[in-house]
Amino acid sequence: MSDLLNVSSNPHVRDKNSTSSIMLDVIIALLPTTIFGIYNFGYRAFIVIMLTIISCVLSEFLYQKCMKTDITIKDFSAVVTGLLLALNLPYDIPYWMAIIGGIFAIIIVKQLFGGIGQNFMNPALAARCFLLLSFGTNMTVFTYDSITGATPLKVIRDTGSFDLYKMFIGTTAGTIGETSAIAILIGGIYLLAKRVIDIRIPFAYLAVFSLFILFFGNEKFDIYYLALQLCGGGIMLGAFFMATDYVTSPITSRGRWIFGALLGILTGIFRVFGPNAEGVSFAIIFCNLLVPLIEKITIPKPFGYVSKKKEAKNE
Amino acid sequence: MSVLTFKGGVHPYSGKEYTKNKAIDEYFPENGLFVIPLSQHIGSPATPIVKVGDRVLVNQKIGEASGFISANVHSSVSGIVKAIDNRKVANGNKVPCIIIENDGLYEKTNSMDNENYLEFSKEEKLELIKEAGIVGMGGAGFPTHVKLSPPKPENIDYIIVNGAECEPYLTSDYRRMLENPEIIVEGLKIVLSLFDNAKGIIAVEDNKLDAIVRLRKCVSKENNIEVKTLFTKYPQGGERSLIYATTKRCLDSSKLPADIGCIVHNIDTIYAIYNAVVKNLPLTTRVVTITGDAVRYPGNYIVPVGADIKQFIDDTGEFKDKAEKIISGGPMMGMALHDLNIPVTKGTSAILMFKKDEVSACKPSNCINCGRCVNACPSRIIPSRLAKAADKNNEDEFLKLNGLECIECGSCSYICPAKRQLTQSIKTMKKNILSNKRK
Repeated sequence: MSDLLNVSSNPHVRDKNSTSSIMLDVIIALLPTTIFGIYNFGYRAFIVIMLTIISCVLSEFLYQKCMKTDITIKDFSAVVTGLLLALNLPYDIPYWMAIIGGIFAIIIVKQLFGGIGQNFMNPALAARCFLLLSFGTNMTVFTYDSITGATPLKVIRDTGSFDLYKMFIGTTAGTIGETSAIAILIGGIYLLAKRVIDIRIPFAYLAVFSLFILFFGNEKFDIYYLALQLCGGGIMLGAFFMATDYVTSPITSRGRWIFGALLGILTGIFRVFGPNAEGVSFAIIFCNLLVPLIEKITIPKPFGYVSKKKEAKNE
Repeated sequence: MSVLTFKGGVHPYSGKEYTKNKAIDEYFPENGLFVIPLSQHIGSPATPIVKVGDRVLVNQKIGEASGFISANVHSSVSGIVKAIDNRKVANGNKVPCIIIENDGLYEKTNSMDNENYLEFSKEEKLELIKEAGIVGMGGAGFPTHVKLSPPKPENIDYIIVNGAECEPYLTSDYRRMLENPEIIVEGLKIVLSLFDNAKGIIAVEDNKLDAIVRLRKCVSKENNIEVKTLFTKYPQGGERSLIYATTKRCLDSSKLPADIGCIVHNIDTIYAIYNAVVKNLPLTTRVVTITGDAVRYPGNYIVPVGADIKQFIDDTGEFKDKAEKIISGGPMMGMALHDLNIPVTKGTSAILMFKKDEVSACKPSNCINCGRCVNACPSRIIPSRLAKAADKNNEDEFLKLNGLECIECGSCSYICPAKRQLTQSIKTMKKNILSNKRK
């Protein structure tokens, strides 16, 4: 090594956090949900999870190899995308479909727009919606305990009630990762405690959604019905893991409140007035598109800023 | 009492344990060349008033302030003036310097203590401070007598002494507060006597509780000086953060602290004010912390201005290992040195030596929009967006995002998980815009 000293602009120290350590934290936070999904749906869920992760990581690797750019699979973001995609799929989806989903998420949604940090939609959710629109039957028919039936949310919509305890624990039909509210909450609390995400988006999302359901839901001002709505479908997974995706959510703190509130309203509209019982995925990818606008109107006032009017008044 | 703070900031590893318990020692080299820059302050450089071949004494004035914002320069050594020439200083620029060959005698000019300094008028005290060539010793180097002569002195409500020392590794202010608390308080009283309506605040971070205890003891009989405890967080000692934490007054780039009734001074500056007014001594030395994992004997030293940094390292701290990076100042705002043959100046608070350079070890990747920089920014702007605008040289966007409010504290670069050089981009853009404005 040479005797020359290194020079650089200040600061000369760096925090230990890195993109990969953050992604690892997200993976750790998703473990309870993942493990419960495998326990609930059996080995086939495990294979689906593995397939989407491998197809995501592999497509990122091959794309970057072909484009001769830096390989970024070591930052674990592709793993997170793959895992989140699997958690949003039914466990009995055909294997090839899961693989297509992974490729779509990484190549179309992420890499074509410039790779990590550049995508304008959550890749996992975009891929899910792509599969939903392309292969409707496979994505909307759920079997549980070998009985083909409706998801709890569909049952609630039709009959007005379901076993809340089962929905909280997660022993119901649904996608691999969405059924267990408690497992998602554990992961969410982990992310909040590690300060990977902040409370604004999930809180605004769930609070506004709750208000919407209380006022406009099928059973108005019914707490039990509200609890069912909160535990059912993808809203918990969406609020803690999908809506909080850094790249596709606003960077400003006021923007995060607005983003969460919009999600709550949209999810409410889709669930109450839409043709399907579910609406989280569409609400999130729709709001993803609004992020640049939200950021534009929420540029924070700098410290010590005094508006011209106020200043004139004081003088 | 409650612990005061501001919104934003980061918590870097403190590293103060290396030198926290090392009492201030003296370092006066016996030979070698002293390079005394004529520009150790913001403003125009001083004019040399000695010639090559002159013999100068310690405390002798060798540079005369030229212009309103400027400061005198005094010799810190006795010996023959060898040259007056441009030499490199810590920031990499070449500035005019007076080069003196140290004869090792440290022969002083005759000076008398001002025993009756309490009876001096405001103007006399200000003149002594101006004469002593005192500048802000936190690093910026703004001439102190200018700071102490605001347009409306009666509007100054607070004199704040900055004992936060929020930069990691630095302990020079801490040792000063611990070893000479009575001088700090006396110095502050001198400054307070210049303003009719001002109260004194000494603000110290809560990782220096023993210093707080000693200072409180010294101010127990003073009814207009208060010692306030600050939460330990970087950049607590930044001027705007400090004013907000202690007085809840807000300041942006359009104003000076004096506009909102505050004047902030560094600990060592207050010490220098005491020396100037009471002892009739100019500013020729300062406390320097030498520390880092590449130093064998970390410590705090009184070092004469103009001493060579290489010689200082060899004579005191010594290299334990090969250092990859050497910094003048703290790790958050200090300057990396590419050459060690540069002088200690009035603003050199520390020499930091690191075995490994953390910055070159990490490779910047794409911004993931996580918002950590936004949360850390004490100016409440959006560093990631500003850096993007700066990289594209998009001045309109940069100004729209209030880029000029950046205080260059480095918190955003520190916290960025993608290891992006946010501060550097913003700083460069700011510099360009401001210099274009001046044209």
